[in-house]
Amino acid sequence: MMIELENISRIRNNQSIDLNKITALSYHAFFDLSIKLFEQESKHCLTYFAYKKDKGLQFIMAVADDENHDIILLSHFLKSSEKQELKSLSETIFALHIFESEIHENFGVDFLNHPWLKPVRFAHNRANKKSQISNYPFYAIQSEELHEVGVGPIHAGIIEPGHFRFICNGENVLHLEIQFGWQHRGVEQLFLDKKHNLQRNILAENIAGDTVIGHTSTFVQTMEALADKQVSEQTQIERALALELERIAIHTGDIGALCTDAAYHLGSNVFAILRTLIINFTQFWCGNRFGKSLIRLGGTHLPFTEEFKKELLEVLLKFEKQFNEMAYVTYHLPSIQNRFDFVGTVSQKQARLIGTVGVSARMSQIERDIRVSHPNFAYQKYPYKTITAEKGDVFARFLLKKKEIARSIAWIRNLMDNYQFEASKTEKPNYNLTLQTNKLAISINEAWRGEVCHCAITNEEGNLEHYKITDPSLHNWKALELSLRNVEISDFPINNKSYNLSYCGHDL
Amino acid sequence: MISLLLILISSLFFVGIIVKTKAKIAARKMPSVLQPVYDVVRLFKKGAVYSQTTSAIFKMAPLVYFASVFLAVLFIPIGSQKALLSFDGDFVFFAYLLGIGKFMMIIAAMDTGSGFEGMGANREALYSMLVEPAFFILVGSVALFTNNVSFQDLFLHLKLDTNLYYIIGIASIYVFVYIAMVENSRMPVDDPKTHLELTMVHEVMILDNSGFDLALIHIVTWLKFSIYGALISNFIISNSWAIYWQIAAFFGIQLAFSLTVGILEAFKARNKMEKNPQWIIMLSAISIVVFLTVLIITEKIILN
Repeated sequence: MMIELENISRIRNNQSIDLNKITALSYHAFFDLSIKLFEQESKHCLTYFAYKKDKGLQFIMAVADDENHDIILLSHFLKSSEKQELKSLSETIFALHIFESEIHENFGVDFLNHPWLKPVRFAHNRANKKSQISNYPFYAIQSEELHEVGVGPIHAGIIEPGHFRFICNGENVLHLEIQFGWQHRGVEQLFLDKKHNLQRNILAENIAGDTVIGHTSTFVQTMEALADKQVSEQTQIERALALELERIAIHTGDIGALCTDAAYHLGSNVFAILRTLIINFTQFWCGNRFGKSLIRLGGTHLPFTEEFKKELLEVLLKFEKQFNEMAYVTYHLPSIQNRFDFVGTVSQKQARLIGTVGVSARMSQIERDIRVSHPNFAYQKYPYKTITAEKGDVFARFLLKKKEIARSIAWIRNLMDNYQFEASKTEKPNYNLTLQTNKLAISINEAWRGEVCHCAITNEEGNLEHYKITDPSLHNWKALELSLRNVEISDFPINNKSYNLSYCGHDL
Repeated sequence: MISLLLILISSLFFVGIIVKTKAKIAARKMPSVLQPVYDVVRLFKKGAVYSQTTSAIFKMAPLVYFASVFLAVLFIPIGSQKALLSFDGDFVFFAYLLGIGKFMMIIAAMDTGSGFEGMGANREALYSMLVEPAFFILVGSVALFTNNVSFQDLFLHLKLDTNLYYIIGIASIYVFVYIAMVENSRMPVDDPKTHLELTMVHEVMILDNSGFDLALIHIVTWLKFSIYGALISNFIISNSWAIYWQIAAFFGIQLAFSLTVGILEAFKARNKMEKNPQWIIMLSAISIVVFLTVLIITEKIILN
């Protein structure tokens, strides 16, 4: 039986669906349909995971459809009595490799002909306990001329653990392999273990320390969808506002960090100072520079008011003036252009192949932006126009960050001019939401790095049965590996910094 | 003796002034011009930690490095002040004294067995090799110009009095400033501030050195800057000036040199690593211009 594309289950962003309404397919049909779906450029995989259910494994795949602005859900079931073996989709659709690897690691399902079946994060509850960090199967080339350089997991700076292994021919990198799995946090399991929603809310804030707003707002939207709870308009707008502020702050910090790595200390200092302006405003608003405690289930303790609006507009005015001045100098500096241009290029074809999202997709002229393709209420009311760069090199990423900052400021200004904030329009948080039974809810947000996707499933009693987090970094780390092909090893730091991907977002 | 003292005194302030300049430009505060000196004093009080994979070479290297550069200082005259040591062809000896020190540091870096340090050693060797022709062509040209082959006589007889001679002076100073930058692993070839294992050149080689050894290495950096500053000052200071003018001019030039380094570094990003060799060879090209100018002046080439 061949299911036609029109008949498959679809939901909008931030909605829930009955589990039995999700199109259930045989693996054969699932396989064919997936290949058909991903032939289209408007579709990309949000998440693909499995969880233990009844006597087997329930697989769920969520595919973003940019044309219809909704999410396609597909599922198939693998009984434990069957042979735990599936034909790999990654062979045809490489973007799925990381999801299949993850399923393989967690449940021991073999994916036949998987081109790059590697351990993902060495979770405590992985299927094969013999798979250890110490016996990670690194790709190796036997040669007298080549040498390997290993960097990490302990780094010189205060960054997270990750091991980078380069195969080099002199100064040139032939191949880079990145090995994660040093953190063993088990975040997804914690969402099930912690029963109180406030605990989960705080947990969401700590999924990735630099994407507090991105992950927390996705978490609350998922849970609210599960509970069918409508939050006030202003709260939804506040969440989007916080998201944009986070984007401006982190992008500015990244621009500064790139200047540091190019040894341009003037730029590095000035951008660091400018970032402080924005995060200090976030602190003024909610008491935490990274926006912790700002976003809460069902409402907020810290509503945005007209007083904040006045302050924010002043901060933005000051920020924009100084930022533009410094950016003009930095982006026109010949030595900066010389350093960043034509380094670490990822072509559009490569980027599509590996399924990059967010900034890492837009740098190669792929218009992939959840704010445009799957906008939530705030972005429907105040539309955002996405922006792309062309070349996919370090300079493209450097430039894109600057342009996105300008767009975000313009978006915030438009919002400030047209929306009247009042504390009375918001509600207090509600942690005692009753979740609907046998539902699946999915939420996606365009955080500063790219799309954050949370997916939650409830059982018959209305308890969380599975919680799945997909950080944009999971899609994008491969892009860094590709960037380094045939690039000098000394260009690694600027490449790494230009992506600024998350280690803990990967090591959930 | 006076020239040795002058070089030693000016070396104490050199790195401090560079850092202070950069800090000022980047709107940051910096404790004191003497902070590098305090750091070195602190390091001298500490013991050194040695990796178990290293051998005697690693322990010897900083001392040899220091000794060789210190010996090189003795060959530098300033204005009419004679150098402590001098003989014909001493500038070749001078260049290879610096070379010995560098060679020891390179093999010491390899001795640690670290992949990073090997990479740094490889780069340092390449850049030193490329900068060598610039130094020899330049000093050789000046030697040809003055018909003298020791540093001391060469500078004593260097008189820049006609327009064509100024080309030699200006080009030489330019080349010496950048040779100093390359030799000391400063921008745009290397930057001591960006501590990234994969991008560093000189800094990565000394990652394993600590305490007393590290202090010696820091002092060598000061001395090297001061040596090149002294060489530059010789192109400007005339030995017919009164002695106190010469000393004042020497310090003035050292100050200007360190400020220049600071300013050059503050407003610029570093080179892409693969473009460094090209950039360093440019220095040799300029030296060749000096060489041709000298040939014309000394009428070894007659232009029609």
